[in-house]
Amino acid sequence: MHRNPARPLSPHLTHYRWGPHMLVSILHRLTGDGAAIVGGALLVWWLAAAAGGPEAYASFVQVATLPWLLIIWIPLSWGIIQHTLSGLRHLVMDIGAGYELRANKAMAVATLIVSLLLTALLWVYILGVI
Amino acid sequence: METPLGQVRGLGSAHEGAGHWWHERMSSIATLLLGIWLAVSLFRLPSLDHGVVVEWLSSTVNASAMLLLVVSTFWHIRMGLQVFIEDYVHEEGNKTFLLLLLNFAVAIAAAIAIVALLKLAVGGSAV
Repeated sequence: MHRNPARPLSPHLTHYRWGPHMLVSILHRLTGDGAAIVGGALLVWWLAAAAGGPEAYASFVQVATLPWLLIIWIPLSWGIIQHTLSGLRHLVMDIGAGYELRANKAMAVATLIVSLLLTALLWVYILGVI
Repeated sequence: METPLGQVRGLGSAHEGAGHWWHERMSSIATLLLGIWLAVSLFRLPSLDHGVVVEWLSSTVNASAMLLLVVSTFWHIRMGLQVFIEDYVHEEGNKTFLLLLLNFAVAIAAAIAIVALLKLAVGGSAV
């Protein structure tokens, strides 16, 4: 492709002031792709273990409840919740709504606050029950 | 000499340019609804012990909903990871290989999950 160096380039990411909409946008991709790989594998393992019988299921539970695996479970649950909320934000924007600067920023910040709150509630519940 | 643009001008749209976009949205809404069902169901189960889970998935309604969840989730996973590969892997050979790998991996994962569900739905009480 020929480019006339005298013409200005379209400004890229580093030229813009960082805002919550940019954070939520890249988090949508990271949480989605992360949850797809980790969560997808765990879903298959859980179902296959259940179908495999009590012993297969017991070994799944034994591994899944290892305390240090909370390093995976907590971020995974937050990732799924954050991706769901920012996905809803995308569906709102898909119908052409929520592009006003103030509303857009408020929606982006809301997904972050609500996802952290829901993740905290979930783990208080789970660890309280166990 | 004709440019590539000149060759296709006037032939009309293929009418599938938005296909991927639409499938990603459709599968997102299906996965959202079924995900809420799964979360509520798991919270309502007395425990997640083997017998409880097997009995829960032996019901036709639960097994069907779970099957739909597996299909919509893995369809959405496939759509999303495809975009990731297309955005960041620019070398044609690597991109083709990774897209092939993605399709195979998703098909295998979904097949295992579906066969497991069918076993539970048909012979759940025998386990």
